[in-house]
Amino acid sequence: MIKHITCTVCPLSCEITLEIGENNEIISLTGNRCNRGKVYATKEHTAPERTLTTTVRVRGGVHPLLPVRTDQPIPKGKLKEAMLATAQLEVEAPVKMGTVIVENFLGLGVNLVASRDLERG
Amino acid sequence: MRKMDVDVAVIGGGPAGLAAALAARRGGAAKVLIIERNHELGGILQQCIHHGFGLHRFKAELTGPEYAQRFINEVRETDIDVLLETMVLEVSNQRTIYAVNSREGMLEISAKAIVLAMGCRERTRGALRIPGRRPAGIFSAGTAQRYINIDGYIPGKKAVILGSGDIGLIMARRLTLEGAKVEAVVEILPYAAGLARNVVQCLEDFGIPLILQFTVIEVHGDERLEAVTIAQVDEQWKPIPGTERTIECDTLLLSVGLIPENELSNGAGVQLDPITNGPKVDDTMMTSIPGIFACGNVLHVHDLVDNVSKEAERAGSFAAQYALQQLPAAARRVKVTAGENIRYVVPHEVSLDKPVEFFMRVQKPQEDVVLDVGGLRSVKKQFVKPSEMLNITLTPEVLSQLSGDTLTVRIVSPKEAGRQ
Amino acid sequence: MEREAKTKKRVQVAIVGGGIVGTLTARELARYELDVLLLEKEAEVGWGTTKANSGIVHAGIHEEPGTLKAKYCFPGNQMYPKLCEELDVSFRQNGILVVALSEEEMDTVRMYYQRGLKRGVPVRLLTREEVLAQEPNLNPEVVGAVFAPEGGAVMPFELAAAAMENAVANGVQLMVDSPVINAWAEGEQKYLETPTHVIEADVVINAAGLFADDIARMFGDDSFSILPRKGEEYLFDAQLEGMVHSTLFPVPRSKTSKGILVIPTADGNLMIGPTSDDMPVKDDIGTTAEAFERIFSESRRMVPGLDPRKIITQFAGVRAASDRGDFVIEFSPKVPGLLHLAGIESPGLTAAPAIAADVPKMLQEYGLNLVPKSGFEPRREKVVRFRLLSREEQDELIRQNPAYGRMVCRCETVTEAEIVDAIKRGARTLDGVKFRTRAGAGRCQSGFCQPVIMSILSRELGIPMEQVSKRGAGTEQVNFKAKELLGKGVC
Repeated sequence: MIKHITCTVCPLSCEITLEIGENNEIISLTGNRCNRGKVYATKEHTAPERTLTTTVRVRGGVHPLLPVRTDQPIPKGKLKEAMLATAQLEVEAPVKMGTVIVENFLGLGVNLVASRDLERG
Repeated sequence: MRKMDVDVAVIGGGPAGLAAALAARRGGAAKVLIIERNHELGGILQQCIHHGFGLHRFKAELTGPEYAQRFINEVRETDIDVLLETMVLEVSNQRTIYAVNSREGMLEISAKAIVLAMGCRERTRGALRIPGRRPAGIFSAGTAQRYINIDGYIPGKKAVILGSGDIGLIMARRLTLEGAKVEAVVEILPYAAGLARNVVQCLEDFGIPLILQFTVIEVHGDERLEAVTIAQVDEQWKPIPGTERTIECDTLLLSVGLIPENELSNGAGVQLDPITNGPKVDDTMMTSIPGIFACGNVLHVHDLVDNVSKEAERAGSFAAQYALQQLPAAARRVKVTAGENIRYVVPHEVSLDKPVEFFMRVQKPQEDVVLDVGGLRSVKKQFVKPSEMLNITLTPEVLSQLSGDTLTVRIVSPKEAGRQ
Repeated sequence: MEREAKTKKRVQVAIVGGGIVGTLTARELARYELDVLLLEKEAEVGWGTTKANSGIVHAGIHEEPGTLKAKYCFPGNQMYPKLCEELDVSFRQNGILVVALSEEEMDTVRMYYQRGLKRGVPVRLLTREEVLAQEPNLNPEVVGAVFAPEGGAVMPFELAAAAMENAVANGVQLMVDSPVINAWAEGEQKYLETPTHVIEADVVINAAGLFADDIARMFGDDSFSILPRKGEEYLFDAQLEGMVHSTLFPVPRSKTSKGILVIPTADGNLMIGPTSDDMPVKDDIGTTAEAFERIFSESRRMVPGLDPRKIITQFAGVRAASDRGDFVIEFSPKVPGLLHLAGIESPGLTAAPAIAADVPKMLQEYGLNLVPKSGFEPRREKVVRFRLLSREEQDELIRQNPAYGRMVCRCETVTEAEIVDAIKRGARTLDGVKFRTRAGAGRCQSGFCQPVIMSILSRELGIPMEQVSKRGAGTEQVNFKAKELLGKGVC
């Protein structure tokens, strides 16, 4: 099976073509102009990850929402579950940037942290 | 009326204003004031909750609020004055500012130097003249972003986005993550206007179709948006009959261009560049009005906030020098012009006696070309496109080699560059 | 709701329709000891044809002699300065120019001039040099023009809302969101049914605009028909103010239209339009690319320097022309005490004060006893327009009320206090705030201020943001709270 991946490491955006075998292994990888592209495409195929940035509800703050982020990328396939989980959260103001809102978020070994200071208001 | 005297007044407390104020203070201006209309600093970054900011400056992929917080924290550690919830109404060419807030009423601020850092606004449906009635459910992408990320409301549940610049792409992901369905992103160009990384992470990740060389030709619905009709366009961007398609939706987001917000600049009599819609500046970031400087999106629309901070630091430090009467008049001035395949260059005028970082954008995409700066420096570029700003710094040693009164920046073929 | 379950109400005069004619009529009747009720189908008054009107107060030279249009136009024009002063509504008396671009057209211009003289309308005939001295941005090929200095411009919604506010202050009742869905007569009594009420009235005034013939037909009167005629308009950035001083008319090339005009509005935007297209339906108010092409090429004939990139918004409306080609101002031949004020197309806005002023006389002739009301106050409470004040005045205002120091609409310089005031005077929607204060009408088209205006409306009306609407139920802007859709999404 042939799979196309656009590399996003640098503005060249190389179009990388992967040949995938029966066990989902990479048989060949072409189209990259540097090694970073090979690393990227390999990861994208085997274990794609994304940093999640979203908001959670806040009580007693100057805004009703607090922007949050995962401090490391999480598996791409976990994004939906992550969004449903964050929808349930509510934190209390004030909050300092970097505060861990949820430790070991979804058991993935990453933390959900506050993305800014949020004062009471 | 409360009267104030300051050395440097910075209008706008977003990334440009914050960096300019810090640089002005570091540059020796004793009384620096930031005037911000919102109840907090940070500007538009506060609603840009996605990551990707600061890769160059901080070697990290920060969210908008994280990037802003670094500067806000730094400002807090200085004695820079900040007026929040204060709206500037007028700037005079004598550097008098009139601003209002609810606590003090009208403020008359006399500044030795002013830095304009008001950012930009979005192009509207009205400016595009999209036919149809005026139903609820049509938003510019930034307004929708504010509702979703700051106020806590989702406009609708089925959206179409017009424009594939980064804001449109980011909002496609944001809406999807918050549970809405994005039916398509429609783009009039034959390629996505935003970063490839955003096409992957905002559209491909979610299976959102990118429909290229199409535009919205009509909106449907009386009370609430019900659908949009899109059509393919030709090279003149005119709709091609017979290519129409209708997409049902209750929300339309418009990500169709940013316009520097220069009403105050106009009022002061600052000369604007009709291509950028921002002020014309020299290599100190000073406008045509002595002592009034400009930086950030109000000067020209940037891609990277890192560049905004750099540009703003320049403006802030020269503004401080001007306020301290330490800014020497330039011995020799040279006009900078946009040549082949260059849409605009900033600054518009240079003095050749200090290093200059030129920022520019091309008119059309090209591969394997050379960026030629006044015949003084040339840089090979594998790929240039309008949505990615180019920048290059020239030292006074190189600049002083320029003969003549004009420095032309252009895109040439490698062959032509080789001939020079 | 079943008719029997609806609230019954009895009034002396019921006015159907809160457009410019209905609201000005309500105000005229408020001068008398009369029990008056106005029924308006939209969420606010003035949102039918009135809202989309060009706002021109005509001089009185276009109308054919012997018509009701001619009868009411010049007298209406003469009433505008005092009316706008009493109601504290902007009236820009910047004059009207009918411009000839050929010698042939100049003949028509001379005819207008003569007509004006005969009617007592102040007019002057201008040479090419005089016209260009007045309007430097006019097409240099202009041959000459007739100038009527007493023509002008108003904001039609502002005038209708102000008239209604004053009428209500003087005792008139207003019911919005109240379309008349049924009507009938029983002897001398007339009945109007809305979704929630049945109104019994001695006199019904039919000022229902586009739907005036429908109202008449409900009563069994088919003595006239409304022929909808659509017009589109395009507005320029306020920076263009001063490019044109008076409203510019071409020499008309059709019987039913005065042509595509270049209009400096009372609020300072340049506007071009309107088209004049017969419509098979009453409610097509979508703007079109095709009409824009016509409007732009026509207006460029007069002002070649118009730049389409400076257009900030556009809208369309439908005129309620009658099949008589003239106003229908008469009692119904079928139903006693049913007074039609219908077919109000151009110069309807101009004529409206004069028509309204005639209504008391008409009601007296019908037999109503009109006793003047002592304590009738013709002036409405002055509206503060922050952007027009001096810096000292602005400073003083903020000290009295800090909400004047919170700027909401940057493009038009509108403060929170003005928006709160507009809501107190009857604004219940984003458009209601926009049309009264200009907040959201500027070049960014509420891109910046809409969320702020929404939260002010939410707070003042005590409704959640999801219920704040653009112009009434069904037009709410944000439909869901954050996180509400999760679980139903696609990721």
